[in-house]
Amino acid sequence: MSVPNEQMVNGYQPTSNLPSPRRVGLVDVLWTVAMLVIAGIGYVQYSESLDFYTTGTLFGTALGLGFLGWVWPATRWLVGIVAIISTYAVWQYNILGADGAIGRAALAEFQESTFLFKYFLSSTSATMWMVALYFLAIPTYFIATLARSTYGLKVGSALVWSGSVMGFVAFFSRWREGYLINLDYGHIPVSNLYEVFIVFAVFTALLYLYYEKRYNNRSLGGFVMLIIGIALAFLLWYQFDREAHVIEPLVPALNSWWMKIHVPANFVGYGTFAIAAMVGIAYLIKHKMGGDGPNDRLPKLSVMDDIQYKAIALGFAFFTIATILGAMWAAEAWGGYWSWDPKETWALIVWLNYAAWLHMRLTKGWRGPVMAWWSIGGLFITSFAFLGVNMFLSGLHSYGEL
Amino acid sequence: MTSQAQTARKRRRSLSSRLYTWLTSMNLAIALLSILAIASVIGTVLQQNQPFNDYLIEFGPFWFEVFNTLGLYDVYSVGWFVAILLFLLASTSACLIRNTPGFMRDIRSFRLNAQDKSLRAFAHSRQYESGLPAATIVERTQGLFSQLGYKARVKEREGETLVAARKGGMNRIGYVLTHLGMVVILVGGLIDSKMYLKTLNMLGVVEVETRDLPVSQVPEESHLPPGALAGFRGSVNIPEGKWGDVAFIGLKDGYVVQNLPFKIEVNDFHIEHYDTGMPKSFNSDLTLTDKETGEVIEETIRVNHPLKYKGYNIFQSSFGDGGTELEFNAWQLFGDAGTKQALEGKINQERTFDFNGEKYTLEFRDFSLFNVNPTEGPDGNRENTNFGPSVTFRLRDAAGQAIEYENYFQPVEFDGTKYFLSGVTPEVGAQQQFLFIPADRNGSLETFMGFYATLKDRDEVTRIAADLVAQTPQGGQGGAAQSAAARSIADMVGTFVEQGFSALGEQVDRQLAERDMPPEMAEQARESSFRVVQSVLMRAFMETLQAQGIEEFTDQDADFFEKALDVVTVIPNYGSPIFVAPTGFNHIQSTGLEVTRAPGMFWVYLGSLMLTVGIFMLFYIHYRRLWVLIKPAGVNDDGQPTHHRVVVAGTDARKNIDFDQAFAQFSDELMRQTGSNDQNDASTTPDKG
Repeated sequence: MSVPNEQMVNGYQPTSNLPSPRRVGLVDVLWTVAMLVIAGIGYVQYSESLDFYTTGTLFGTALGLGFLGWVWPATRWLVGIVAIISTYAVWQYNILGADGAIGRAALAEFQESTFLFKYFLSSTSATMWMVALYFLAIPTYFIATLARSTYGLKVGSALVWSGSVMGFVAFFSRWREGYLINLDYGHIPVSNLYEVFIVFAVFTALLYLYYEKRYNNRSLGGFVMLIIGIALAFLLWYQFDREAHVIEPLVPALNSWWMKIHVPANFVGYGTFAIAAMVGIAYLIKHKMGGDGPNDRLPKLSVMDDIQYKAIALGFAFFTIATILGAMWAAEAWGGYWSWDPKETWALIVWLNYAAWLHMRLTKGWRGPVMAWWSIGGLFITSFAFLGVNMFLSGLHSYGEL
Repeated sequence: MTSQAQTARKRRRSLSSRLYTWLTSMNLAIALLSILAIASVIGTVLQQNQPFNDYLIEFGPFWFEVFNTLGLYDVYSVGWFVAILLFLLASTSACLIRNTPGFMRDIRSFRLNAQDKSLRAFAHSRQYESGLPAATIVERTQGLFSQLGYKARVKEREGETLVAARKGGMNRIGYVLTHLGMVVILVGGLIDSKMYLKTLNMLGVVEVETRDLPVSQVPEESHLPPGALAGFRGSVNIPEGKWGDVAFIGLKDGYVVQNLPFKIEVNDFHIEHYDTGMPKSFNSDLTLTDKETGEVIEETIRVNHPLKYKGYNIFQSSFGDGGTELEFNAWQLFGDAGTKQALEGKINQERTFDFNGEKYTLEFRDFSLFNVNPTEGPDGNRENTNFGPSVTFRLRDAAGQAIEYENYFQPVEFDGTKYFLSGVTPEVGAQQQFLFIPADRNGSLETFMGFYATLKDRDEVTRIAADLVAQTPQGGQGGAAQSAAARSIADMVGTFVEQGFSALGEQVDRQLAERDMPPEMAEQARESSFRVVQSVLMRAFMETLQAQGIEEFTDQDADFFEKALDVVTVIPNYGSPIFVAPTGFNHIQSTGLEVTRAPGMFWVYLGSLMLTVGIFMLFYIHYRRLWVLIKPAGVNDDGQPTHHRVVVAGTDARKNIDFDQAFAQFSDELMRQTGSNDQNDASTTPDKG
């Protein structure tokens, strides 16, 4: 070798410009430890009412939040703010319910007479805040996208973040309120159509915020918030016309810890499938209007294509888990892990549909408008599995009837 | 060997290999996924495993037969559906068999034989010139690879050096796990499916029983000994205090009996309720006795908490009446009206009786302890009120026509008055209507029935009418005119009682028309006729009260009288010659248990675990390869290379945009570290296609 050593040393720049893969830092560890400590405190406080599975769910959630904080640090703020507000609300409710349940009328009276609860912290008010903030985000995103206003887009994101905070506050308030009405009624609020619509809205919004950050592009916000808006319009009708927000006790079949994990896992799936469909719509609009150009408002077609894939892949993974959990629950509750009950069967159909989508994309390399149309079609199938089955078909999943 | 034989063998080989290629093709896989999805819809739209008679009524004889032939009533275990599943199983297995060895070789290989030309043809490829010695480039490339988590190998070959790197081989394991997981799940599911039982039935080993028989009378051909089926799902209803040692498995339009190696005794079934009356949990206290070992297990099962014993699972699945014992009074409404007879009955049993020469059957069908109904509370709020226990029975006449009744044990209060309720459903599917019989001061039926008996007694009514006529100014003369008047009044009362108010009106109108009166007078006469009838009814009611020792007539009694008259007019439409007033019960329930064995479950869960883990590996581990080929591009006088051409290329199995970025970043950085030295301007060579 003829090159002198010095030259090698001089010419070699050992500091790499490569973006280093995210490593586990001190903050990540501390955050996870903090989550575990809080779970530990909760465990010590309430260990007598926690069985093996609920304990597992508790610590599993703590670990999950630790992991989520590592993947997506912004969620730590969400967790922190929700924790502060909800802790206050639950604390007030604890004082109220120090001697046990107080009944519907007394709870309503308290909520009416306490300013913070009347306008902010009671589950119904918090839900309304969530609905309002999410609704507001729709025009904000669209107008900002049309006007190419970065500031406007940031306002849109802020609205979605705030709406999500209120959604969680509503969730935890409602959870506690059930026990205040009657100790027997209390349950995690994922048991009926009203409750899961809130879960759907919040999960979809958060998943969207993740992709927004990941692709550093906020211009799809209006599209995604639109489907959330539609869901929330239904929620409002359901509340005001059918009084669906009234907390009712659980039917025996749902009284199981499985519900705590089966339902949320499903809604990661539903949420991502909804996002994929809405991005699919944006894709088709842009495609119709001539595709990528130099001065685009919407992300590049290839990026939207990629978001659809990412969303469906994540959703498929969680939907698989949810379906398996559902099968395991069914094995405990109905006597068989698979009964070809309409809800189960439609879950399978949804699964098969996205399995086919993924095969086409990954193995055959399909891209473009066809896959976008298919994402949109997938949402119809998913919606039928989610809502249509309960509305039109009879079966064992008869909780979410309209 | 003749050439003919050779071609034949070749053709045969090519046929099987063509079949194999087809089986492993993506098109087939997608087609199967789609067909399975579409076929699955059928069973969600058409309710499965209903009694064949229901289908016959719904579809008519022609379509019933068509659907039956296609097996749509139990579509998920019909041959063609299972065939789709088996096909999917075969296709997935074939894909696995074809791909796995290659994948396993692939993830261990570094593809060190990649050539310059092929590398430059990659979608992700760049080249540039470097003045650094090959060893330095290799060293820095390796440094970068290890920084990025790639495993790398260096190969020197004829004057050039290739550094090949890969990472994310677990992605391919993910492929194997997901598909193997599916195979395992399908196999597990098939183990537990009805396929084997159907085969046994087809071979004539087991016969389907369609009659509704006690277990002891079900012929031996329809019994399966314990262990005959690897997996099954059966159900059985056992009343409280009784035991059972079989489970019924629905098959075709009937069932087969699976004998169990243990006895299940139901000590008690009980429902816990929320304060809304909604059930909170269904519980059965069971005693399980192993027939072989004599082992006894006592356990309370409830929904979500089954009993597991030696691979058998016993679930709480439904409940019903197990033969509740009833005491009731049968009040006669016709004939000897107002008399009652205390009788006994049992749910799920019948009693026949004769009435006026007609034969009737009383079929007790159901008993319900609570009847919580939404009602309007005193402040107008929605409330839940428990109407108390009720019994549902059918009264069938000699012609086989039946009317269903639901009678309540205790009077229920509406707007301050208590009524005995009797729900009437004249035919299946019709809206239930209620008879409201007011309860008397003692909360009993006595007053009403006494009053009704008086009204039905022609002699009594005539006597009362005569008394009334005698009290009028024109009366008291006695004689034929008086008794004729009394008879005519009794006639009117009789019409009212037997046919109702409108019939009475018509009768009066008819009589007046015969007399040919001026309209004003006719109207007057009409009014006075009704008044007279009203007086007789009132008098009859007072006498009923007096007979019960009540002297004082209160507003409450006046109210009762009004309501009683309402009932009197509708009794002719009640449809039953007797009124069943239930008085006592001994509640005996039965519990519906699901008994299952699912040896395939382990495999299903194992497959599910593989599938889940595999999916995450498949989606979140990127299988990537990078190559850096260093070729001498200029040679000095000593034959030593002065500078090199560096070809960078890469692939990602997923072809996602992430890799565009990752490749650009990697090649930029590599170029920065090795490209610009004494040659300075490192740039992508424009000759790349």
